Formats: sequence, C-alpha cells, structure tokens
Amino acid sequence: MDSSVISRPRPPSSHIDIGGPQQALLSVRGLIKHFPLSRSMFARGPATAVRAVDGVDFDIRKGETLGVVGESGCGKSTTARLVMQLTMQDKGELVFDGQTVGSRALPLRDFRRQTQMVFQDSYSSLNPRMTIEDSIAFAPSVHGVPHKQAIVKARSLLDRVGLSPVRFAGRYPHELSGGQRQRVNIARALALEPRLVILDEAVSALDKSVEAQVLNLLLDLKEEFGLTYMFISHDLHVVRYVSQRVLVMYLGEVVEIGDVNEVFDNPRHPYTQALLRSMPSMDPNRRTEEPPLSGDPPNPINPPSGCRFHTRCPHAQPVCSQTPPPLSDETGHAVRCLMYQPGSGHSAAPMGVAA
Amino acid sequence: MSVIDMPVHTPDTVADSTPFLSIRDLHVRFSAGRKTIDALNGVDLHVARGETVALIGESGSGKSVTLRTLMRLHPPRRTTVSGRIEVGGRDVLAMSPKELAAFRGPVVSMVFQEPLLALDPVYTLGQQIEEMLRRHEPLSRDQARARALALFERVRIPSPERRLDAYPHEMSGGMRQRAMIALALACRPQILLADEPTTALDATVQIQILLLLRELQHELGLSIVFVTHDIGAAAEIADRVAVMYGGRIVEQGTMSQLLTAPRHPYTIALLKSRAHGAMEPGQRLETIAGSPPDLSALPPGCSFAPRCPLAIEACHAAVPPLTPLGNGQTARCIRLDQTASHTQGFVHAARP
Repeated sequence: MDSSVISRPRPPSSHIDIGGPQQALLSVRGLIKHFPLSRSMFARGPATAVRAVDGVDFDIRKGETLGVVGESGCGKSTTARLVMQLTMQDKGELVFDGQTVGSRALPLRDFRRQTQMVFQDSYSSLNPRMTIEDSIAFAPSVHGVPHKQAIVKARSLLDRVGLSPVRFAGRYPHELSGGQRQRVNIARALALEPRLVILDEAVSALDKSVEAQVLNLLLDLKEEFGLTYMFISHDLHVVRYVSQRVLVMYLGEVVEIGDVNEVFDNPRHPYTQALLRSMPSMDPNRRTEEPPLSGDPPNPINPPSGCRFHTRCPHAQPVCSQTPPPLSDETGHAVRCLMYQPGSGHSAAPMGVAA
Repeated sequence: MSVIDMPVHTPDTVADSTPFLSIRDLHVRFSAGRKTIDALNGVDLHVARGETVALIGESGSGKSVTLRTLMRLHPPRRTTVSGRIEVGGRDVLAMSPKELAAFRGPVVSMVFQEPLLALDPVYTLGQQIEEMLRRHEPLSRDQARARALALFERVRIPSPERRLDAYPHEMSGGMRQRAMIALALACRPQILLADEPTTALDATVQIQILLLLRELQHELGLSIVFVTHDIGAAAEIADRVAVMYGGRIVEQGTMSQLLTAPRHPYTIALLKSRAHGAMEPGQRLETIAGSPPDLSALPPGCSFAPRCPLAIEACHAAVPPLTPLGNGQTARCIRLDQTASHTQGFVHAARP
C-alpha cells in the first residue's frame, strides 16, 4: 500500500492532548443506568427496573486498549453506549481528558467527534441506501468539512483499511462481504479523527481467518493514528491478544480490573477464575471435566443481595450475602471480593489492620 | 432415569468398525435465480456408532448444508443432490415422504444454533415435546408428559415441572438450548446432528452444554455430528474432525492429529490465525490472504489454491485426490510433502 496517499492526520485544534500522557483519557465515575420496567396498574411495591449498569468506575488510559469481558446481560454494551452518550446515564459522570463530558468546556458535540464506535452487526450499522464512500464522508460533512474534501478523505481511508477506492467507493453495503463491511465501519469511525474508539464485539461476527485480518488492521491503525481502544468481546483469547488492561463485569458491576497478564495469569475474583476456566482447553487429552459455573447469571432486575456473585460462588460464606464488597483500590489490579478485603469477616480475608 | 428407559449402549461399544452413517461423494447444488451454487462438491464422511465427529469450517464451507442434506431439509425443487447417504444400511436419498417422517426423530434428529427460531413460540415446551412423542409412539397424554418431564430432568433443567409449561421466550439462552436438546432426544435417536449448538451462548454456558452433550453421548451411545467454526469447542467434544472448505472435506483425522500435526495448508493457516494464550504481546496474527471462494464460480482445481502459499500450477488444474497420511488421517492436497515441516506446536496452553 502506498503510504504517501494518506498522511498521518494532524489533530484539529479541538483534539489537543490537554492533560498530558499521564492523565487518563476517559474517567468513568459512579455510572448508573437503570431501565424502568412498565408495571401494571395494580402492581404493589416499589417500581422495578433492570439494573443494567450499577455503579461502574474505571479509567481508560491514553494509548491503551482496555478489554471488557463478561457474560451477556452483564452490562458491557450498555456501558459502551453510555460512554458514547448514546444513552444517557441516570447518575455518574464521564471525564474526558480532564474535562467533564457535557460541560461547557466539552459540549457533547465536541466529545462525540473524539469518540467513535464500531458495532457487531456490520450490515445494520450502515445505511443501505448510501454508497460506502458517502457513508464514510457523512459524519465529516455534518461536522462542517466541505463535501468534496470529505469524499477525498473517505477514499484515502478506504485505501488505508485495505479496500481499493476504485473498486469499492461506489458500492452499496449489500455488495460487500462481512469482513469488507466491517472495514468500512472502521474507516467510518476514523473519519472524524477520533481519539477513543469503542469496538463493541466488532470482530465477533467474522470468520476466524477474516477476524485475524481485521484484528491486525485494528492494531496497525491504533499505532498509526495514536488511538485508544475500548474493546468489548466475549472471546477471551482475542481480548488477551489485543488488550493492555482488562475489565471484568458481572451483573452491572466491575468485579475485577487490571493489567491483562495479571488478570489472565493470576485471576483473583472467583468469577474471573471461573470465566477463564470456561475457555475450551484446545487439548483433547485434557478436557474440561466439571463445568466451572453452573446455571445462568441471575436476573439483573432483582440482583442478589450483598456480593452479586455469591449465588454461584464456590467460596461464598454467610457474610457474602449481607455485605456488598467494595472494589479494592489497588492501582494495578483491583478486585471486588470480600476474600481480599482486610477485616471483611470472610474467613479467607487477610487480617484487619490493627487500629 | 427409571421413567425413561433410554436404549442402553455401553460406552465401550464406541469402536464399532462398520460406519453407522456413511456419506459418499455427496454433491448438492442450489439454483437461485440465474445462479447455481455448488454448496457441496464431493463429500465423503463416515461416522461409527457412538462416535462424535466435528465438522469445522468457515461460513459457506458446506458444514450446515451437509447436516441439512442428511435430514433432507432442503426444498427439493431448488436443490439437486447426487451421491449416496446411508444410515444404518438404509438409503436416505431414496426415502418416500412417509419413510422420511419416520426417519426424522427416531433415527436422526437435530439441534439448531438458535433455539428461539427453531422452537414454536406459541406452544409451551411441554406441548412441543409431547406432540413429537405422540406423533411417533402410541402414548397417552399422561405418559407423554411423564416422558417429557424425565427428559427435562435428564438435561438438568432446574424445576423441570414448571419449565414444561413455559414458553420458549420465557427461558434464558442456555435453558432453551437444553430444552432443544431434550426435544431432539425425545424419540431416542441414534444420530444427533448439532448445528453450532453453542455459538450463541456465553463461554460459561457453552462449556455446560458441551459437557452435557458429551455425557449424553456416553450414556446413550449416540453418534454425534457436531458442526462448529470454533476449534476450541470441537476439541472439547469430538473424537474425529473433518475440516471443510469450499464444499469439500479437505482434511480429516482425530482431534489430536489435527491439533498437533495438521497437514492441509488451510488447516495449518486456520490454526495459526487464532489468537491464543501463548502469544507474545504485539506479535501479529498470521492471516490467510484473500477471501473464501465464491460457490457460484468455483475454480476447477483445489478451491483453496488461490489463497494458498504453497500452490503450484497443478493445484489450479484439478481437484486434488484424498491422500491417506496414516492412522486414519487424510488430506486433499498435492503438496503434502511441503507441509510436514509446519506441523509442530499447535497445542497451546490456552488456560492460565
């Protein structure tokens, strides 16, 4: 590929790195989103809601890839939509490079330009009536780039993601294969020169050989454009491969977050341990004999009291159903479990610090 | 399991040498408007009693078509089938509609990828299982209900009595898939066809379903044909694996043979392109250049040749013959002398 066709994009004035490399690109604090359920006229008791995201805190550092894993229904995708501000949170705030999202310093419009998303379903996320070149050029046009210039940009991006503009620019989404469409979605996400790209199961629907091509492309683009990724996937192998840090969610809460090798080699939360043991062994002589977890995750409408995992946890003790564990505040590897909290009352916990 | 006396095959009858299911030179062609799609181009597959065979491949490789053809589920007007399928010595392709109805269910049954689409949304699960039982066996309502309940217990659905009266949408994905398996086992089939049964499930639930299938297979002496694109899932359940590409089986062998000593260039490339636990950070994934073949315009030679790094002129001229590699492993490739050196190191310590 001719690298001179596209020069490394210069960040427009609004994209200047404000806080320096040490400051987190995005800080999420106390994020809560409950989806209220419609109730019948005669229902008694308090109104019920699906507690999709229930007090989530995390940081995404500049230039890293944060992997997000968890079972379906644990709130991964809702978190992604909240970060994109496609759904508005009930409570909590997002701080993007030191500025509160939605404040006067960083209005939503400016924030959205710096944050883009790629979805799982490559077909339904493209407008079927637009050629792919128009799809890519659409967002820059909306943000005030002259149409001609936007088209030139779109073509160079197409070239960059490995689709020759001469052959592909005028095609419609249905004329492309799944892998090609996902490349278009990636090009479209990059058209606004974002700093943060959220990849919500972006490679999950692709065949393995195509998945590898797209993953390599994503890693190249990250390097080239200085991007930061939030990478949501249920494929733990892929998450380990692309991420520097990983966040594990269970029933709307962060249960463990840390350096990817730390979490994969030395998982601390019992849920993370079970999740990792659920990965197929790839060795027919060492097959899994016992399912690491039985049953399905509990209902997020009425999550278990105390620690939300205690209903399926092999180490659960009476205290676990009473005390909701806090997320420990170690910087490298934090975990939400009473077994690691000094003086929590769990028999495996370290002794409390003497006063 | 006293209520339901499943046929008792001891697990040790596994090594029955005469294949119970045999597919020979199967070709399937669909006509869609002006185009014809060559979905299967000469598939040979033999499955013994009590054996689990996995079909691995990417979308469009012909895995699902093979399963559906086995049950004759394709619309006959738009499908041309040639070749031979025998199950227990009977020719499936020559069956009359009446024979087929008796064949589907008691002899061969199928578990689909998406139970929500495969189950009827307006009947309870109990009704659906009872209907199937009473269609094939002379049972009273109560007897059918008791059998359905026993099946639900067998696939370990919690509070089975209550779940029999549930509609499919009221259950979680894992529970629905268990119910689907119960339905497929209702008439005590001898072959279970599983079409990506765990693809839509979470990892924690996937392993539960895989273990359940393995256990049922041992207990009931089932033969299972398991279609998947996930090599990991296949490694958990299959005795033998067949890798499909462009409507042909390109390599076949035991699970360990394929993982430790793959010989077809496609199998090798597929294993190399996976992200796995033993990778160095920053190490690039090895990819397969190009894209899967267009089934409406297949090349005359090896369908992998356009993407194959080892391809020579002869590869493009004719479809390579099936070459035996010893110990039952076979591959469809004429460059096998070149691939022997690529063969170590595919079993990775995947888990921490």
